[in-house]
Amino acid sequence: MNKFARQLLPFATLVLLIAALSALEPDAFLTADNTFNVLSRSSVNGIIAMGMTAVIISGGIDLSVGSMMALCGMVAGLVMTKNGTIVPTAGLMWLGTLAGIGAGLLCGLLNGTLITKLNLPPFIVTLGTMSAFRGISYIMHHSAMYDVPNYTFLGQSSLAGVPVNVLIFAIIVAAAFFLLRYTPLGRYTYAIGSNREAAFHAGVNVDRNLIAIYAITGLFVGLAAMIATSRTVSAQPTAGISLELDIIAAVVIGGASLSGGRGTVVGTIIGTLLISYLRNGLTLLGISTNIQLIVIGAIIIAAVALDQMARAKAVESR
Amino acid sequence: MTGISKRFGPVQALRNVSLTVRAGAVHALVGENGAGKSTLMKILAGVYQPDTGTVEIHGHPMTFANPADAIGAGVSMIYQELDLAEHLTVAENIFLGAEPTGWLPFTVSHKQMLTRARELAGRFRFDIDPTAKVEDLPTGDCQIVEILKALRHKASILVMDEPTSSLSEREAKRLFEVVRRLRGEGLSIIYISHRLEEIIHLADEVSILRDGELVHSSPMASLDIPKIVHHMVGRELTDFFPQRDVNVGEVLLQVTDLSSGAGIRDIGFEVRRGEIVGMAGLVGAGRTEVARAIFGVDRKTTGRVALAGRELSIDSPAQAIASGIALLTEDRKRTGLCLELPCSWNITLPNLRQIGFTPLIKPARETKIAAGVGSRIAVKWSSPQAPASSLSGGNQQKLLIARWLLANSEFMIFDEPTRGIDVGAKAEVYALLNKLAEQGKAILFISSELPELFGIADRILVMRRGKLVGNLVTKETTPETVMHLAAVEER
Repeated sequence: MNKFARQLLPFATLVLLIAALSALEPDAFLTADNTFNVLSRSSVNGIIAMGMTAVIISGGIDLSVGSMMALCGMVAGLVMTKNGTIVPTAGLMWLGTLAGIGAGLLCGLLNGTLITKLNLPPFIVTLGTMSAFRGISYIMHHSAMYDVPNYTFLGQSSLAGVPVNVLIFAIIVAAAFFLLRYTPLGRYTYAIGSNREAAFHAGVNVDRNLIAIYAITGLFVGLAAMIATSRTVSAQPTAGISLELDIIAAVVIGGASLSGGRGTVVGTIIGTLLISYLRNGLTLLGISTNIQLIVIGAIIIAAVALDQMARAKAVESR
Repeated sequence: MTGISKRFGPVQALRNVSLTVRAGAVHALVGENGAGKSTLMKILAGVYQPDTGTVEIHGHPMTFANPADAIGAGVSMIYQELDLAEHLTVAENIFLGAEPTGWLPFTVSHKQMLTRARELAGRFRFDIDPTAKVEDLPTGDCQIVEILKALRHKASILVMDEPTSSLSEREAKRLFEVVRRLRGEGLSIIYISHRLEEIIHLADEVSILRDGELVHSSPMASLDIPKIVHHMVGRELTDFFPQRDVNVGEVLLQVTDLSSGAGIRDIGFEVRRGEIVGMAGLVGAGRTEVARAIFGVDRKTTGRVALAGRELSIDSPAQAIASGIALLTEDRKRTGLCLELPCSWNITLPNLRQIGFTPLIKPARETKIAAGVGSRIAVKWSSPQAPASSLSGGNQQKLLIARWLLANSEFMIFDEPTRGIDVGAKAEVYALLNKLAEQGKAILFISSELPELFGIADRILVMRRGKLVGNLVTKETTPETVMHLAAVEER
């Protein structure tokens, strides 16, 4: 099985899934409303998954994205409501949005700096910051949320019939695709993940590139946090619990290797949509969310198992 | 061992080698790197199976399917890189996999293990604490643990591969004592070493391998160092090495008083434009470390590196490359290639800025550039987009050479560029080095194979134990002189 076929497998599964759901539930499923609904729900996960794709290609992992998302939302909520004392004004909403995204960037920079300068495994660093970010989110407003009732633009409005968050999702996807494919940073990301020592000996500034990747991921998390806040018109300290696992699952289903050097933006989108459509479809079919968890678990294992088998075969035939 | 042959792909590692080792003797096995010593010993230890030939121990024919079979038959091997479990104690390591059981099932009697470890150490008069953790022991003691492990397996043949390479002089002396004591107990010791003065003092018999063949085997008494060296290097130099118009220009690279944390001290030399300077030395002599210090991989503790008269401050490979220095590393899998990435990406990796791919990579042009430089040295690939892992060893090496050709660096270091590639590819590498020198590049060529150094280097630098001990004009010296400088400690 070549690289192309490897890409095809999750894509074919996605197409089959959509076809099957359309046949089973023609009235509810294949409508513009439902499609935008799925894409809109995917946007938060999908935007973060773009950063996670780069992180995983570099041979790393970021477990802190869920907590970071809560923290970014809380920072934004704090600014917008002046710590829960007022209903946000338009100016404060802009300021809060910037603050939320900025918080993400700082959190990402922190992750990257700790990983490279202390020379620690990304798993350990982000496990630590996952816990710390969550703690700060709770402390900020004494475990309560910030209500931002009029912050609806990012999560609940449309431009020319397309939800704004879907538009933002599309822009981020394009940016990530471009970054990984056409910039030296993207190229170095693959090289570091494939063979860090070799990349270093070829003159790649490994530390600087890794910090950039984690910072960009933080930036994307900040943006996703603002969409999530807007969708629920509230900033919640409990947002994004175990979100990192869903996102890692999407990236892995999309063909990325946790040992680094492999992964694509297109694959990750397919992985993200596969999970979303599965959830959506199973819900429409009236299957409980508990069963959905089992199905998604099985798909993660099946996707990686098939990938491994295909690789073993490719090595044999060489 | 009789008539042993072994082939790895196109490489004939051993050709009809027969070796007889007596009980109660130290048998030295010598030869240049790649002569086949390790392969022969790995066959004896059951790691490899021979294509032809037989192994007999005490007159009984043996076939070893794996190392456990060999250990069971009394053959234990102590590798250069010791394989001990660092976090366990000495006694636990000695009895690893054969722990004395305690009262309850699935338990280990630590008391009994300690007693038996003490008994074993006492029997051979080894001074070692069985309760010490291996990670806290000096290297010399770790070797004793390995030996005890072998003795616990009731070894009658003990193979030691370069046992003194990481020992201090005092530790080495103690090891020689141990080896003599084991010989006294009736063990056969096969002793592999590059240090000829050790062999003179320790060995009863010497066998010399060259290019996978046994070229000499006799009692030590009939040999001396010059004779051994002669047997080791005495192959004919053919016109394998193309002639070159040597046109040496001004000094390009100047290294002064270079030392690094990796153990090299006060290295000083220069390389001129159009010159190929070879660097000889034994494994561990510090040749690669010199390259690493110049290229900014290892931190310099003292010294200066100047290129074309301009002093450079290089702290990373990135700076070295930007200054016009290239390093083809000795280990292409570990420090060279990103194996699963396309060939073209591997070629352009250090060169993105130089070929104008900052801030943006142009994939179509990249493929064209890679194909162009690849064809200059005839890299065989299905396409430039094929993963580097799909290439043969020789072509992977060419891929890395192509990378540095594209970089067009003024000063190029080639560290063991012909290691593990076939004869045809070797000849191509030599031709290429000559061509680069003719174009006015300055080249430092590190190699463990004296014939190739003598074949293409204008001068030969010799390293021993982190120091530069020789700077010789190739035409005015001999392989024997170089080997002597590299292998023999001055008194």
